[in-house]
Amino acid sequence: MSSDQLSVTFAALADPTRRAILARLAQGEASVTELAKPFDLSLPGVSKHLKVLQRAGLITQSRNAQWRPCRLEGSRLKEASEWVGEYRRFWDESFERLDAVLQEMIKEQKEKENVDKGSKHDA
Amino acid sequence: MSTKGASTMPKTEYTIEPGKQEIVSTVVLDAPRELVFKAYTDPTLFAQWWGPRRYKVNIQKFDSKPGGEWLVDHVGDDGSRHGFRGVNHDVVAPERICQTFEYLGVPGHVALQTATFEPLGNKTRIVAQIVFQSVMDRDGMVASGMSEGADESMERLAELLERMKAGK
Repeated sequence: MSSDQLSVTFAALADPTRRAILARLAQGEASVTELAKPFDLSLPGVSKHLKVLQRAGLITQSRNAQWRPCRLEGSRLKEASEWVGEYRRFWDESFERLDAVLQEMIKEQKEKENVDKGSKHDA
Repeated sequence: MSTKGASTMPKTEYTIEPGKQEIVSTVVLDAPRELVFKAYTDPTLFAQWWGPRRYKVNIQKFDSKPGGEWLVDHVGDDGSRHGFRGVNHDVVAPERICQTFEYLGVPGHVALQTATFEPLGNKTRIVAQIVFQSVMDRDGMVASGMSEGADESMERLAELLERMKAGK
């Protein structure tokens, strides 16, 4: 996914209502009316959010069935989540490894001090 | 998660405020800051910790002086390569490193990152701040699970979707 597409996806995901709509759609397709209900939104209000999600490729709306259900498009979300999860994974793991490197450095330092003390003692 | 002896896994806290273009990561490590600073500025040591374990760190440039360039690749088992580069602006032993940061997979999105090392007795608090050029750049780096208000992370959502696709 290009960074421009990513930007559109992230802008769409930046809104808590839109994330909640996606979470609802993860459980199965739903009509616009069904989506409006739990969020206390007007139909035009929810339609606006759905348009943003549609443009971002995060959902599609069926044209066939009369109730025109909305459906989550997992692939775009998966691409986005893979990209965004990196930062946290990157630093969680880096700091764990840094900690191990530091403990090794401390150990070496102590061993060196002991050798120095030992050689002084011998002298 | 199991722990060995007295050592525990360091816990990193991430602060990501809505509408801002920075991420602040804070972690306390059990070592004096002189050592932490050394692990950040010595290429041999840096290569041992920077990034996820599944990548080999290939250091191409690593000049830890003000004005010095750094260029580091992460190489995966499958040969995939992710490049990162930047320039050191401020390197003050043992307190602070301020540098630019660019992921070459998304070139042109240059961030400014500052690592500050605060002494806490024999421990060190690392405060790593990264400031992006836009909120959108930042949010491109942040999992929704890291930010407030997102009770279901995108990651779990994506996993759920995969399971749904598989019909489980």
